[in-house]
Amino acid sequence: MYRETRFLPAGESALVVEFGERIDPALNDQVRALDRALAANPVAGVLETVPTYRSLTVHFDPRLLSSAALVERIQSLEVAAPSEERLPRQWLIPVCYEPPYAEDLSEVATAIGLSARRVAELHAGATYRVYMYGFAPGYVFLGGLPAELAISRRPTPRPSVPAGAMLIAGGQALIASTPMPTGWYNLGCTPAVIFDWKQNPPASIEIGDTVQFEPIDAAQFATLQQAAAQGRPVVRRKA
Amino acid sequence: MAGALRILRAGFGATIQDGGRYGQRRYGVTPAGPMDWRAFRTANLALGNHAERAAAVEVSVGGIEVFCETTTPVGVAFCGGDFSWRRDGREVGSAARLILRPGEKLAASPGTRGVFAYFAVSGGFATPVALGSRATHTRSGIGGIDGRMLRDGDLLPLSASGWPFGEARIAAPWLNRDSAPLRVVLGPQDDYFSAAALNAFFGAEFRLTAGDRMAYRLDGPEIAHARGFNIVSDGVALGAVQIAGDKKPLILMADHPPTGGYPKLAHVVRADIGRLAQLRPGETCRFQPVSAEEARTALLACESEVAATARHLHPLQSAPHVGGRPP
Repeated sequence: MYRETRFLPAGESALVVEFGERIDPALNDQVRALDRALAANPVAGVLETVPTYRSLTVHFDPRLLSSAALVERIQSLEVAAPSEERLPRQWLIPVCYEPPYAEDLSEVATAIGLSARRVAELHAGATYRVYMYGFAPGYVFLGGLPAELAISRRPTPRPSVPAGAMLIAGGQALIASTPMPTGWYNLGCTPAVIFDWKQNPPASIEIGDTVQFEPIDAAQFATLQQAAAQGRPVVRRKA
Repeated sequence: MAGALRILRAGFGATIQDGGRYGQRRYGVTPAGPMDWRAFRTANLALGNHAERAAAVEVSVGGIEVFCETTTPVGVAFCGGDFSWRRDGREVGSAARLILRPGEKLAASPGTRGVFAYFAVSGGFATPVALGSRATHTRSGIGGIDGRMLRDGDLLPLSASGWPFGEARIAAPWLNRDSAPLRVVLGPQDDYFSAAALNAFFGAEFRLTAGDRMAYRLDGPEIAHARGFNIVSDGVALGAVQIAGDKKPLILMADHPPTGGYPKLAHVVRADIGRLAQLRPGETCRFQPVSAEEARTALLACESEVAATARHLHPLQSAPHVGGRPP
């Protein structure tokens, strides 16, 4: 295991394996490596694991496993080096930055002193790493937002964003897959269904994958939304 | 077709719950499940149901009234939160197993204490399964009936018909009110707080100011951070005692998100989470630190008490209710 790994209790039924306190691809690689090692070598009593930026939370059944026994099992695991893992996939996601899909684009542009067009260009021009899901079903947390788009959270939350909203705040980016009120800003929307609870697993994008956005206009949005409703793929894998 | 129960009146907060939706937290999906697992399991076990897999109605302080739209009698059970239950207007206590006959009504109204009661049926409710569970998470609209709270007129399908037992009163001492401190396991971010902050947390009484299925907010002395109140998001478990910028505890309950960005001083142990869930705004609690191993021992003891529900059933004291409907 890694020298600085910390094992922290989250009650009697969960253990946090913490690799660090920063948002850092190397830390997130360690999280993924342990997650995969635990999936390949199941420990009786482990119910599920939750990878985050910098830690893996292991939920377990305390009837079958104690926290101390779980720590021992994790310490004795052979954790594969990140290079031995499957290659992360690259996804292309269509995003419309036009009204009515870009609800907060001009507000953000005014706040940071750029044109709305430039904000959309910057957002669509970056390559993002998927660090984790969290907050709400299918919310994909991304790293790699251009520094020019740093804007702090709203003082008070805005009303619910639509499913597929592209949110930014606090120097971070995320895809909001479920309508929810939020303190973040909505720059655009994808017609793609990123999270579908009728499928299992409910999402295809995995932690460690990369994501890029392809700008589309409102007419293309309508066409692709129809395609998505018919179950046709709207998100593409990059060759 | 095993028939159905019709909801005549659904008070605010009534939802379908089973043991919870597990295995999907990595995709941001909340487990949901019962706020008071002890009372939920007790109601199921009184009917011989699977303790966690059978779906039941979680009734909140809005109460509920149901009508039996079946052609044969149905075994039902209810308990938790000191509610008052009536069959066709007649009091039947706060925790019982009954045989509900076609055309009969069953109603619950809250008593002076407690927030959640559970209403189970023999075999469980046959509402749709979403991601492996029937539990309702209203914020994301997953599970239960269309992912929402129950409404007047909803039809709750049954998965089985029949009533394998007689009527009984449920005498479950583990559901009695108990004002002992709520036990917590420190961590994972207890090092974000000074010794003085920890003393304040364990030395004082806290008052519940607001609560819903996601979180309970408490008021008491300020719990000051030693290292700020923003952390890079990490995993969240049931019972997490989050201290945000207002320096007050916010305890994450059944509908908690799977990850969060505030320091978590401690976690309320599973054995005591149901007791916390049953507190009403204005009521108070205290906290006591225990080790993870002590918390585990307490949970195993609590679970084995609940598992013995069948040994805590006694013949109903009210007048016998035989043959057809009462006048």
